[in-house]
Amino acid sequence: MDITFTLIAQALTFAILIWFTAKFIWPPLMTAIETRQKTIADGLAAGERGKHDLDLAAKRSAEMLREAKQKAADILAAGDKRASEIIEAAKVQAKVEGDRIIAGSKAELEQEVFRAREQLRSQVSAIALAGAGKILGREIDAKAHNDLLDKLVAEM
Amino acid sequence: MSTEHALTPSSYITHHLTFNSQSIGHSSFWSLHMDTLIVSGLLGLLTFGMLWWVVRGATAGVPTKRQAVVELLVEFIDDQVKGIFHGDRSKFIAPLALTVFMWVLMMNAMDFLPIDVMAWVYEHVFGQEHWRAVPTSDINTTFALALSVWFLMIFFSIKVKGLGGWIHELFCAPFGSNPLIWPANFLFNLIEYVSKPLSHALRLFGNMYAGEIIFLLLGMWAATGLVGTIFGALLGAGWAVFHILIVVLQAFIFMMLTVVYLAMAHESH
Repeated sequence: MDITFTLIAQALTFAILIWFTAKFIWPPLMTAIETRQKTIADGLAAGERGKHDLDLAAKRSAEMLREAKQKAADILAAGDKRASEIIEAAKVQAKVEGDRIIAGSKAELEQEVFRAREQLRSQVSAIALAGAGKILGREIDAKAHNDLLDKLVAEM
Repeated sequence: MSTEHALTPSSYITHHLTFNSQSIGHSSFWSLHMDTLIVSGLLGLLTFGMLWWVVRGATAGVPTKRQAVVELLVEFIDDQVKGIFHGDRSKFIAPLALTVFMWVLMMNAMDFLPIDVMAWVYEHVFGQEHWRAVPTSDINTTFALALSVWFLMIFFSIKVKGLGGWIHELFCAPFGSNPLIWPANFLFNLIEYVSKPLSHALRLFGNMYAGEIIFLLLGMWAATGLVGTIFGALLGAGWAVFHILIVVLQAFIFMMLTVVYLAMAHESH
């Protein structure tokens, strides 16, 4: 167990090895490891973010779909309402038109009746005159009896 | 194996436990254990050269399998250091822990080489009669590491707390700042400062040295006859398996103690 100068020499070797490791082995490898760790962490974070974005997008698209459906339903309802309104208006208009036509034809009819009556009246007076003439056997002075006849007709 | 001497148990063990020593001065201190220095140097070159080679081609993108293995190792060390040391560890403490762990692990792992086969290789291929392949069973290596850590410990203590703060802590921690208990505090700290490198170095050395001795004893037993050969081989295999645990565990403990000591140096009381 003799301590010799070997000790000093070994200590020197040791010092050189420490220096070498601390300068050329440890830092580059640690840099590589830490860079990779950062890359992996960033990748994981990006993945997480992507997943979150996807969730958000899904939520938004569902929302948009719901809104579109709602809008379509609204449009349909408005169309239905408009259609029934148009039909109602048409009905009302048709009724008014119909009433007008009925009233017109009624007036015309009355007029026709009146005219027919007038005609009848005049014809009745002529028949009455002819009948009276036949009965009396002579010509009635139409001119002398016209006033009388007219009065009769008017009374009819 | 020595062929010049008669093969006795003591000569066998002595032969295996003799360093390849080169004298560079007049006293016994001025010598170099060439086996320890060359093996540990080659292992350092190989280990950290390999790491450097992998790291140079490292990418922040998808790593190769090679890079993934090194990253596993580095992140394991980083995790351990993070649990103990709270501060900027990547500048010095964590690389130091990696250096200690890998180097000690590789030096310990030399214990896996079969001693007698390798002794033959060292003698007949490399022409070295004495060659101890496990640098961590040389007390010079473990003390070199432990004392380096010890000096770093004092350096960081002074760097973090300032010279005054460090001296103040020597006398006023852990019992309190009353002048009456300054001697007790100082004695306590002194013991701590002495025991830390001792236990640090001797734990690793003791484990590796004992491992080697047991392999030698089993090898000796194997030379006593058929029964000895069978049991020596069986127990040797068992010890080798157990040694896989010891080699890794001791490297890990040595690293953890290094980090703990340096973390303590950063903390103020």
